Amino acid sequence: MRFRDHRVVGDIMTLAQRYRDEGADELVFYDITASPQGRSVDRSWVQRIARVLDIPFCVAGGIRSVADAETVLNAGAEKISINSPALSDPNLIDALSRRFGAQCVVVGIDSERTAAGYRAFQFTGDPGRTRESGRDVLEWVREVQERGAGEIVLNCMGSDGVRQGYDIEQLQAVRAVCRVPLVASGGAGAIEHFSAAFRDAGVDAALAASVFHNGVIAIGALKQALRSAGIEVRP
Amino acid sequence: MSGTLIIDSGGANLASLQFALERLGVAARVSAEAREIAAADRVVLPGVGSAADAMQRLRAAGLAEVLRRLTQPVLGICLGMQLLFERSAEGDTECLGILPGTVRRLEPSTARPVPHMGWNRLQALTDDALLKGLGTEAYFYFVHGYAVPLGPFTCAQTHYGEDFSAVVRQGNFCGVQFHPERSAASGARVLENFLGLR
Repeated sequence: MRFRDHRVVGDIMTLAQRYRDEGADELVFYDITASPQGRSVDRSWVQRIARVLDIPFCVAGGIRSVADAETVLNAGAEKISINSPALSDPNLIDALSRRFGAQCVVVGIDSERTAAGYRAFQFTGDPGRTRESGRDVLEWVREVQERGAGEIVLNCMGSDGVRQGYDIEQLQAVRAVCRVPLVASGGAGAIEHFSAAFRDAGVDAALAASVFHNGVIAIGALKQALRSAGIEVRP
Repeated sequence: MSGTLIIDSGGANLASLQFALERLGVAARVSAEAREIAAADRVVLPGVGSAADAMQRLRAAGLAEVLRRLTQPVLGICLGMQLLFERSAEGDTECLGILPGTVRRLEPSTARPVPHMGWNRLQALTDDALLKGLGTEAYFYFVHGYAVPLGPFTCAQTHYGEDFSAVVRQGNFCGVQFHPERSAASGARVLENFLGLR
């Protein structure tokens, strides 16, 4: 589940409780404007969410230091996810992993297929500042694992928001070099897209936002379909 | 004697455990004071981070010996459960030695990423009070890179590439490898069962 503030989808407390009740396995809260604008998100909501959620949740956006991460984890989040700040300062991954353990350090990668292969992009929350980071995605995936990332969320930008399915080929390429949990992101538009990501790309989890926010896919029906397809999921 | 106490083991992330107990109507105190810990009705040993760091913090606070002597119900969660054993392969660390055995590293492969993160079911081996009311369809949330092999203390096991202990118990000391505070209704039931232990 991915919450982003491109458009207002409703009060996050209400949504968080709705998804909890519908059977989401984990929630990710993104403030995708935090990094481009060089500010951190207001963290007071993290504790309010932690009081009502009895499933794991991850906070992403604007975490640029061990202290930023500590605030969020102390407030009750399970994991923190870093993306643009990791590209600017890869040592941040090592520092976070040493301090809190790999299990709560998620590295998000915004990836796009280019003539030069899969490249990692930075500051994707702001179209005006989005830029190619100069890093090859497969090399970056290897590096972040070496540095102590405990999970990788691969957001395939080409398929993000289009709802034509996850980029299976790209996920497969990353899976081949990824020995920590890999989460597919970007492109979910139908139930078959989820089963394809699990079956064909071997991902450990699939993340989606708009299809859930808009009610295009109900979590219960999705999980039922995945179980029928032989993919083990929590009911 | 007073209430449920969460040991302040220095790591972040005590809040989610406190909130989970709060949802069950229990205001748990967080403390690293030996006297308070010894006097509590029930003690929870959480743990996030590495075994070596956690043991170092417990020893520095003079709590290793205090923990070994507790006679009230004690629940170790995740790393907190692993610390109850003799040793951990994580940093080759000497742990509390309350339960016998060594914590081993889960071996990663592309088909089986480590840390193991996700929802799994348990296979109960004994009829433990901690698992009361929970069937084989209950899922629990796991996040760990190390695990306790099966032993006489194993009450329930889980499989992830290999079988490992998911719930352990020896006398008043019990432990769960999963995070009950983040395991939805089934996790709440485990905590509730723990609160019912005398």
